Amino acid sequence: MKIAVLSGKGGTGKTLVSVNLAAVAESSRYIDCDVEEPNGHLFFKPQELQTHNEVTVMIPSFDADKCNGCRICTDFCKFNALALVNDKPLLFPQICHSCGGCSLLCPEKAVTLHPKPIGVIQEGVYRQVHVLTGIQNPGEPSGVPIIQRLLSIIPADNRINFIDCPPGSACVVIESIRDADYCILVAEPTLFGVHNLSMVHQLVRVFNKPFGAILNKNLDGENPAEYYCMEQRIPVLGRIPFNIELGRLNSDGQIAAHEKPEFHKLFTQLLNRVVQEVGHETIINP
Amino acid sequence: MKIALPVENNMADSNISPSFGRAPYFLIYDSDTDESIYVNNTAAASQGGAGIKAAQAVIDLGAQALITPRCGENAAQVIKIAGIEMYKSQGLSAAANIAAYKANTLSPLDDIHPGFHNHGNK
Repeated sequence: MKIAVLSGKGGTGKTLVSVNLAAVAESSRYIDCDVEEPNGHLFFKPQELQTHNEVTVMIPSFDADKCNGCRICTDFCKFNALALVNDKPLLFPQICHSCGGCSLLCPEKAVTLHPKPIGVIQEGVYRQVHVLTGIQNPGEPSGVPIIQRLLSIIPADNRINFIDCPPGSACVVIESIRDADYCILVAEPTLFGVHNLSMVHQLVRVFNKPFGAILNKNLDGENPAEYYCMEQRIPVLGRIPFNIELGRLNSDGQIAAHEKPEFHKLFTQLLNRVVQEVGHETIINP
Repeated sequence: MKIALPVENNMADSNISPSFGRAPYFLIYDSDTDESIYVNNTAAASQGGAGIKAAQAVIDLGAQALITPRCGENAAQVIKIAGIEMYKSQGLSAAANIAAYKANTLSPLDDIHPGFHNHGNK
């Protein structure tokens, strides 16, 4: 079972939700796909840490003797990673998106592709949680290859997999939810939060994923995110209170569900509800 | 010899554009003929790498000098390898900067900014 946790912006509580759900599950895996700034490991402080081989992408190099300066490669590059200076291509590796187009098109076969490291995958254990973390090198244009590798190494076992997605609704998020069985949308009780919720809501509908919302930072009184869920008929899986103790534990890098019984209860109830929803969905959409 | 300037408008009294890569137009002034032409900067609409593409346009237009208020490091690399001289603009008027260039009162641009995207943040 793969459950992706996403939200339209950072700071809504994706990591709070996915870390604590993984912590209260009997046997789980936490997969940090927010590879630009992975922070789930700060809570789990995983043991038996192993760093896997680097994730690489292919970038071009140019054989100056073969190149005749025809500039087909430079004109083709949609990312402007190439300039033709003094009749030779000049590559900006941090801008190259590794599409390989230049090597396919070069009539002189002057382009060869070679691997460039863009990040690593770390693996460790916290109690019953298997922790996988993708770490992107700063300045790299895309974390997609790291996310693809992360999700491809998930073993087929009985653990519940929680995928902590990057914020937003761009290609890194699309990649993170691609194989998910269920999506949890974490929402904040503000108009801004509703706007971001509506973006991920559209995304999960485009990808035909079953989904439900968790209302985080819940206060007494009006909650625009709750109105949105009612209007759009999004099932509300649960509410997390706007609670100073919860905020303090979380900002100290503690797993709230393991620090206080009331939070353990809160996240256990949330987990049961999520598992129940995923079960329904498998019956409806086998 | 041709001189390139990033400008806001395609008119004679145009101001210098505050951005090089995303300037709307380039003014190419030919000191041999005293003629100016204005070229659309197609790089301005790029999702990324606008500075590199704009620098490429400056090379392709045959400029041997560039007068600009600022320049990112990727664009500067292209401009430098191409052997184009870079000068820092003074004030807003494009015409005044061309006059200053002729009078040899512009200083070389050496405060190249590291870009806005955190590339190669080591």
